[in-house]
Amino acid sequence: MTCSDFLKELTDYLDGAMDAQTKAELEDHLQWCHNCYVVCNTTKMTIEIYRDSKLYELPEDLRGRLRTAIISKCKGCGGDSPA
Amino acid sequence: MGTIQPKVAEPSDETALVHAAKAGDISAFEELVKRYDRNVFRIAQHITQNREDAEDVVQDAFLKAYQNLANFQEQSKFYTWLVRIAVNEALMRLRRRRPERMVSLDEDIKTEEDTMPREVADWAPNPEQLYTQGELKEILGKTIQGLPPSFRTVFVLRDVEGLSTEETADALDLSIPAVKSRLLRARLQLRERLSKYFKNRTRGDGKK
Repeated sequence: MTCSDFLKELTDYLDGAMDAQTKAELEDHLQWCHNCYVVCNTTKMTIEIYRDSKLYELPEDLRGRLRTAIISKCKGCGGDSPA
Repeated sequence: MGTIQPKVAEPSDETALVHAAKAGDISAFEELVKRYDRNVFRIAQHITQNREDAEDVVQDAFLKAYQNLANFQEQSKFYTWLVRIAVNEALMRLRRRRPERMVSLDEDIKTEEDTMPREVADWAPNPEQLYTQGELKEILGKTIQGLPPSFRTVFVLRDVEGLSTEETADALDLSIPAVKSRLLRARLQLRERLSKYFKNRTRGDGKK
């Protein structure tokens, strides 16, 4: 397996979406290829840091205002019946 | 090295809420709004990169969903259907703000460098400790903003909101290979850009 082959499989590897044999081949490559190990590890950290960040959280006061506006518009657009 | 676990799990009473909302129960629809407004806001702001637009997208997406509930066939989850509406609204607003640039989910930019890692230094064990939370948010926001809209949309649905590859393909009307290809490049480009900030400065050789 080359580094380029490894990169092609990286997304499926991180998502755990592959068969046991391919997974074993990728992990064998990771044992000896330092660059792929670093790329794999830092890509995983990239995903985790975005997933766990509080980026673009909806503040509670704005949330309340938006919800009131949405429900009021829904009521206005067709009474109590969406159809 | 472990795999990434999805963030969103769907509660089982959702079908009942959707049926009640379809039958005209506005409080059931309000419950659906409460359940997903944060997600829709986050997706909208990731795509539009503009707070006011994101607020408008939240309102318009839920209003459209309400008006079209009768057409929702329930072949997908309500959330996936809602995301599809929200993404379309967000892209429409982005196009309005950037009429000079073509903004499309079909955009599939290929450059030589986008999958070939150049920065291979390992990161500090805990990058979050290098910056304050405010600084970190600014770095993450600025970094994702530099990605093409089609890449950041796939990344936010898959990796931030935890939709499956199939759900992302469904919500964006893309093929599964197209989702995977954009996701790989989005992840690698973000990794490359974040490495500038997070690489291990105390051990610059990046050894394990």
